[in-house]
Amino acid sequence: MIEYKDITKVYGEDVKAVDDVSFTVEDGEIVVLLGPSGCGKTTLLRMVNRLESITEGDILLDGKSTSNLNEIELRRGIGYVIQSNGLFPNMTIEQNVTIVPHLLGWDKQKKEERYQKLMKLVGLDVEDFRKRFPHELSGGQQQRIGVIRALAADPPAMLMDEPFGALDPIIREKVQDEFLAIQKELHKTILFVSHDINEAIKMGDKIALMKDGQLMQYDTPANILQNPANEFVTQFVGQDRTIKSLSIHMVNDIYSQNKLKENKKLAKQVSLNTNLRDALGAILESKEQAVTVVNGQNETVGSLDFDGINQFISELTS
Amino acid sequence: MNNNDENTLLQVIEYFQENMDFILELTAEHVNLVGLAIIVAILIGVPLGIYLTTNDSLAGTVLNIASVIMTIPSIALFGLMVPIFSLINQGIGFLPAFIALILYSQLPIIRNTYTAINNVDPEIRDAAIGIGMSTTQRIFRVEIPNTIPVIMAGIRTAVVLNIGIGVIAAFIGAGGLGILIQQGITRGHQDMVIAGAITISVLGISADLFLRLLQRIFTSKGVSS
Repeated sequence: MIEYKDITKVYGEDVKAVDDVSFTVEDGEIVVLLGPSGCGKTTLLRMVNRLESITEGDILLDGKSTSNLNEIELRRGIGYVIQSNGLFPNMTIEQNVTIVPHLLGWDKQKKEERYQKLMKLVGLDVEDFRKRFPHELSGGQQQRIGVIRALAADPPAMLMDEPFGALDPIIREKVQDEFLAIQKELHKTILFVSHDINEAIKMGDKIALMKDGQLMQYDTPANILQNPANEFVTQFVGQDRTIKSLSIHMVNDIYSQNKLKENKKLAKQVSLNTNLRDALGAILESKEQAVTVVNGQNETVGSLDFDGINQFISELTS
Repeated sequence: MNNNDENTLLQVIEYFQENMDFILELTAEHVNLVGLAIIVAILIGVPLGIYLTTNDSLAGTVLNIASVIMTIPSIALFGLMVPIFSLINQGIGFLPAFIALILYSQLPIIRNTYTAINNVDPEIRDAAIGIGMSTTQRIFRVEIPNTIPVIMAGIRTAVVLNIGIGVIAAFIGAGGLGILIQQGITRGHQDMVIAGAITISVLGISADLFLRLLQRIFTSKGVSS
């Protein structure tokens, strides 16, 4: 659990980078710090492992004030991922992945087991990559290594500063999905900085929306989209907030309300865990303006058309 | 080639043949003097260069002083050392030459180390701090390994420079290959001067090749040079 308690940061005389921010990241949750550049989101993130100092207030990590902990030990106990991946060019992939366990003095066998487990976790070949160097890897592979390096010592909390920001859109989607799948297993407590509302909606259990160092709204993605707290939030989430909210709901949400239409064999099909945004896309592209819905066993459970989605959304916002 | 040149060439070859032991002895002296001076210069220059990256105002001053030392003509610097070291009865011989060579090597070593460490990708430094490396770990595991090519370039410059400047040491009684040139000039033996010059060049080139090899061995394949 990460608790921000009345955090203020002042640069020089009176430039407030962060202004009295308080919120709590619960265990196993991803909280996205979202906002335009210069809003203080990265500063807030970097305060947790004391890369930035705090002028006023305190941050508690699992109930303990971070200001009383030893800096080095504190950092080794928190995973840290940055945009440019920050891999050490002089070290092999194996050395990069196991650097924190190495600093913590783990024995060889324990490091090796951890290395193998982590590589498998992100689907990279254990032997193929072991002796290679970061510059020999693609951007997506480098970022995966950056993520597992942060996971190496199995820290309960992770700080991720625009971790997927440098990847091209297709790879980014893929790495995001992979990361969410990993998180489903590991349940880390994660602070995640982003400037991209779509990424925030996708990745966040909650979103902390910042502006000029102040916390505008702290809520679930659905609530931020449906009940923006003020003018700034409305503007930031954009005119298409209804469409955006489609991407946080699954076809399964309609299915579980028993609101799918009758079974029909149609040209296009979607699965229960397709999000409504993608489902809508499939519907609009299909000739019949409807799609077949299948479950995990590939059995048809119903069909979905534009009216079905429209009805679901209007019930949400009403 | 006319007759005269041919004679000189033959004389030089003859000189090498007849005085091999003497030349090797002087080479050993030269290597000893330059080598020790470089080792001490590295021990001073590299840590100083790294330290200066944390202190910008001092960095300017130190780099300026090192530049000024470089501009003093070598024969004048060696000359200056003599009265200073006379105060402790070491006016001529090994010590003043040794100190002068250390001073000359400082600029390339400090400047390259300072520039190299200053240019380490800030994101990589941030990652090193963020994952919990101590300052020493960061310097020895990340910053130096990633900048070896640049730091070594400074050291190589200093070594080649010092092998050349080391010739002057002979004029203040510190021996070395400068003896061949000094005595050759005073006695009017052209063959001796040429033999000395050739030996110094070969020594300089070999030292540079050797250091390049060392550099290649110690640079990680992940670091582009």
